[in-house]
Amino acid sequence: MEPTTITAMAGDAQLDTSSNPARLKISGQWTLVNYARLKLLTEQLAGKYDARTQIDLDDVSRLDTAGASLLVELLGSERVAQLADSATKLPAADRALLQTVYSSMRDFCVPVKAVEVNLGIQLLSRIGCSVDKLWQDTLQLLGFIGVILQTLARNFFRPKQWRITPVVAQIEQIGLNAAPIVALLTFMVGAVVAFLGATVLSNFGAGIYTVDLVAFSFLREFGVLLTAILMAGRTASSFTAQIGSMKANEEIDAIRTLGLDPMDLLVLPRVLALLIALPLLTFLAMMAGILGGAVVCVVSIGISPDMFISMLHSDIGVKNFLVGMVKAPFFAFLIAAVGCLEGFKVSGSAESVGAHTTSSVVQSIFIVILLDAVAALFFMEMGW
Amino acid sequence: MSTPTKAPREAVIEVRGLCNRFGSQSVHENLDLDVYKGEILGVVGGSGTGKSVLLRSIVGLRRPTEGEVRVFGKDLLSLHEAERSLIERRFGVLFQKGALFSSLTVTENIALPLIEHAGLSRPDAEHLACVKLALAGLPLSAADKYPSSLSGGMVKRAALARALALDPDILFLDEPTAGLDPIGAAAFDQLILTLRDALGLSVFLVTHDLDTLYTITDRVAVLSQKRVLVAAPIAEVEDFDDPWIHEYFHGPRGRAAYEAATQRKEQ
Ligand SMILES: Nc1ncnc2c1ncn2[C@@H]1O[C@H](COP(=O)(O)OP(=O)(O)O)[C@@H](O)[C@H]1O
Ligand SMILES: [Mg+2]
Repeated sequence: MEPTTITAMAGDAQLDTSSNPARLKISGQWTLVNYARLKLLTEQLAGKYDARTQIDLDDVSRLDTAGASLLVELLGSERVAQLADSATKLPAADRALLQTVYSSMRDFCVPVKAVEVNLGIQLLSRIGCSVDKLWQDTLQLLGFIGVILQTLARNFFRPKQWRITPVVAQIEQIGLNAAPIVALLTFMVGAVVAFLGATVLSNFGAGIYTVDLVAFSFLREFGVLLTAILMAGRTASSFTAQIGSMKANEEIDAIRTLGLDPMDLLVLPRVLALLIALPLLTFLAMMAGILGGAVVCVVSIGISPDMFISMLHSDIGVKNFLVGMVKAPFFAFLIAAVGCLEGFKVSGSAESVGAHTTSSVVQSIFIVILLDAVAALFFMEMGW
Repeated sequence: MSTPTKAPREAVIEVRGLCNRFGSQSVHENLDLDVYKGEILGVVGGSGTGKSVLLRSIVGLRRPTEGEVRVFGKDLLSLHEAERSLIERRFGVLFQKGALFSSLTVTENIALPLIEHAGLSRPDAEHLACVKLALAGLPLSAADKYPSSLSGGMVKRAALARALALDPDILFLDEPTAGLDPIGAAAFDQLILTLRDALGLSVFLVTHDLDTLYTITDRVAVLSQKRVLVAAPIAEVEDFDDPWIHEYFHGPRGRAAYEAATQRKEQ
């Protein structure tokens, strides 16, 4: 019979069946560089020899852990155990390596792959999981809001435990530092709304009502909505990332074991800070938006600043301002709650921090817009 | 302890005149150190003496304020990306905190360099990764776990398996046995020794474990007063005239480790 030969440049195994008993000659470099080829080779040789086959390791020139593991798979650990003792031409170091590898691989088995599931069932199960997750998330959020309110009530009557410094620090970070971007953004949106109004209303000869359009929209809706959306992107995400990386680093656990309450220490200052900062920013946004509209009115439709102010006085009641303003604390509370809760949901890994940060932004924007729509309906029905 | 090769020794790492400063704080001043091919060099020093910073400077993660680090005769920081990557492939680094990729399972962590650098297919790489895991002494039940659900000692082992993935030429270990049980630590020592003998590894081993120092190191470098005070076989280092070194090796723990090591050798 022809000897089965699969030659390889560096690492090689030859089965010589002409002699009796057959000889398996293993030679060359059994290293990681040759791994893919040697693996093929060992798979082809598997089952072609038996216990009586003589195994010759004398010409192995290099061996590393990858090569040794292949040898163990090819020959079986008992065989390798014998060889590690008997192949005296192999350097002692290589034999020690073989020994180490086979003894650690003795109770080694390939992990089983998960069973493939039918695509339709997978789809259904994913839908089911998402619905269930949505329900659980809602429950969790409601529970968390309850805990925040409880903590708030508990601390309210103990002024000694008020943590003023972190609240002020947070206000600086989320309020003061956000003021320029909020002002700039709403200024530009105000200008855009005024342009739209000027274009459409002028067709009816009612260009002057651009003033009402800008003022109504910013006082009632845009001021608070734009600010809340910005805060959802800027602040909810940073709350989640801050608390989440503390969670991943076991810092939250450390706080608990020190007998402190993360709600007191981390959540309350953030909620309070946003409760204070968001209404202030909302006011700023309203002013900047109206200013943006005013600039466009003055420049492009020739309404003088005096006229603009007097229109505001006569047409726009303070009611509109209050309708906008009253929503701000609710948005603030929800954004802070979602941001902090998502932070607490982080589990261990950096990837999880990223996923929950995304989720906190999406959720808080969603909640803000949903709530705003509900509020708009409510105020309309009430005729406010 | 194994005898170091007596042939003319080839330095794989040469550190010359290294200075590292963080603002006004100076960590290293004019530090010189050689690591020879095939040796296990233990690096010791009090906490905060800059052992980890030294390691980072050698593997090219930190540009030294002054001085030169040559690995395989080349200055890593002056090489091109491609050349540098070729050399970095010959490193295996175990970071002090493990630095496993938290978004990958243990097996995927180890398979990553095998796929990227050794060009193995994913199944092959994951298979070999399991072998490395077994070598590092991790039970297979840990293979599909994420690093966040491992214990501290298991993280060390998984990180060792990743450091060993490509059968590197130089192994950098930053406090590898901290957090391991004593049985695991002893097995760890033996594994390093076996791999060194079989693969001719050079090992840069930062450790506080006196047993490890006595059992497997060929030379010990003591970091103190912002430089390498002495780098010599442990018997010579013990007798070096410096109060800190004396305290370190002749304190109760040092003596106990010494006696345990000599007893082991006599058996
Ligand atoms: N990125 C850094 N910025 C500032 N100081 C650092 C930095 N990394 C390390 N240090 C300082 O360098 C010194 C040595 O640190 P390190 O090498 O981690 O010590 P060790 O010997 O315990 O491993 C410490 O004093 C540490 O504060
Ligand atoms: Mg360190």
